[in-house]
Amino acid sequence: MLNIALPKGRLGEQVYQILEEAGYPCPSIREENRKLVFENPQAGVRYFWVKPSDVAIYVERAAADIGIAGKDILLEYQPEVYELADLGVGKCRMCVAGKKGSREVRDQILRVATKFPKIAKNYYSALSRDIDIIKLHGSIELAPLLGLSDVIVDIVETGTTLLENNLEVKETIVPISARLIANKVSYKFKHEEIIRLCQQVDGLANSKEAAQ
Amino acid sequence: MGLTQAEQAVQQLRELYRRYGYTQYRMSKFEPYDLYVRNKSFLVSENILTFTDADGRLMALKPDVTLSIVKNAKEGAGLQKVYYSENVYRTSPMTRGFREIMQTGLECVGDIDLVSMGEVLLLAAKSLETINGNYLLDVSHLGFVSGLLDGALVAERHRGRLLTFMGEKNVPALMACCRELNVNSEAAEFLCRLTTLYGSPGELLPQLKQMVRNERMALALQQLQEVCPLLPQDRLRLDFSIVNDMNYYNGFIFRGYLPGLPSGVLSGGRYDNLLRQMGRDGGAIGFAVYMNLLERLEGTEDSYDADVLLLYDGGTSPCTVLREAEECRRAGRSVRVERTVPEGLSFRTIRKAGESKC
Repeated sequence: MLNIALPKGRLGEQVYQILEEAGYPCPSIREENRKLVFENPQAGVRYFWVKPSDVAIYVERAAADIGIAGKDILLEYQPEVYELADLGVGKCRMCVAGKKGSREVRDQILRVATKFPKIAKNYYSALSRDIDIIKLHGSIELAPLLGLSDVIVDIVETGTTLLENNLEVKETIVPISARLIANKVSYKFKHEEIIRLCQQVDGLANSKEAAQ
Repeated sequence: MGLTQAEQAVQQLRELYRRYGYTQYRMSKFEPYDLYVRNKSFLVSENILTFTDADGRLMALKPDVTLSIVKNAKEGAGLQKVYYSENVYRTSPMTRGFREIMQTGLECVGDIDLVSMGEVLLLAAKSLETINGNYLLDVSHLGFVSGLLDGALVAERHRGRLLTFMGEKNVPALMACCRELNVNSEAAEFLCRLTTLYGSPGELLPQLKQMVRNERMALALQQLQEVCPLLPQDRLRLDFSIVNDMNYYNGFIFRGYLPGLPSGVLSGGRYDNLLRQMGRDGGAIGFAVYMNLLERLEGTEDSYDADVLLLYDGGTSPCTVLREAEECRRAGRSVRVERTVPEGLSFRTIRKAGESKC
């Protein structure tokens, strides 16, 4: 039996769709109820929904054998896990954004508002820039509008929120997509199961990519 | 209730190492900070708990035992075989703060040959077996990986990135990185294959043979071929995604895993390069077992704090109460004596003193 942590929300539903097509269905997951754990012994899987930023923790600590997490979460928390496949869904970019047409702050310490302090810190330290990180938990776009920060480091999918708030992408730090991760010990003791799932899912993701 | 599984395991491991002629190495809780700061990247976590000694020297609560053993090993004195069982103080990314970690392990320092390598790996396997027969011992050889990178002319400064991706078994990122570094297609393919290989030596050694392109790889393969048959085949796996800092490690590296634990419980390898960095000749190989992880193995916890709760009041004489409790203990049960039922504790049976026989 494989324990699989799915990220709650739209990405999780997309990912479940892939797993279902790959031969790991669990019909009860589509029922409207408040259950948290869904099991299909025939397919050898047990799914559970967790907060997207928690998937890596569930997998790192072996509460889940495998899970699906955005690359943003993996870069930010750097969990000790295997990253087995790129599912090619949930595609977006980690970007630096600021007010449209604003001048780049070079003469002062740059104030950066973000949900991803580690990614922001690594990005700017590679550029040898001294920055002041302002950790926020949501509505990051508000920070430059109110003068709380000079720029933000955040995920940009379509750019609509930025556009509507008169912000623009200044730099792209890294492309993001959903990754299949596995606990290192589970990978060893449930090797065949995990490899089989990984190959099915990877094949499916590749054929979808080719079709696109 | 006897010793916990972790406590029992420590005793069994010590006995095992003693039977192989290893002598115990004891060290104090703290050492001068100097020793650790010079070899910071050898340590699993770079954070060190420091304080100032009475004479103003900066001291550190030991984050590691190996450095101290290597520092104190006599040079040119043949092989030094020592084992230890010590607490070390480290941070881990999972817990953030400092933790006391119980570590048991051994080191073999000096003129390392196939016999000593085989013995240390065998002892690693036996250590795991002592704790749980369903263990897995994953073995890699850094010489094979660095030989491949040598052959592909990958510069030292880029190797760290490739190794990180190998450690994550992240093939897409590894391929992208190879393309970026202009690694030739054969070497790139081999790197990706090495990353995903996982299986018994019998199955994988022939595959490795096909990848040998230079002397360094051939030598590594030869060592694998000679040492692997010495170990229990059904518990042994080759896994080249195990990576360690090549500034310190070379040759064999290995990890031990037990079912039911979220991370590896044993970690070891050959670290001649550390000795070289400390200005010494010779080689060294050893491993550590993280005993604190074993608490998680305790399985079904006792569902009672004691078998019997014996309640008494002012009416019963102390002599009767204590005698009755003692009789009960002689029958093999644990007994707690109290006037009232304590909050938050559970007992198999609760009864009043003087009411019935045990």
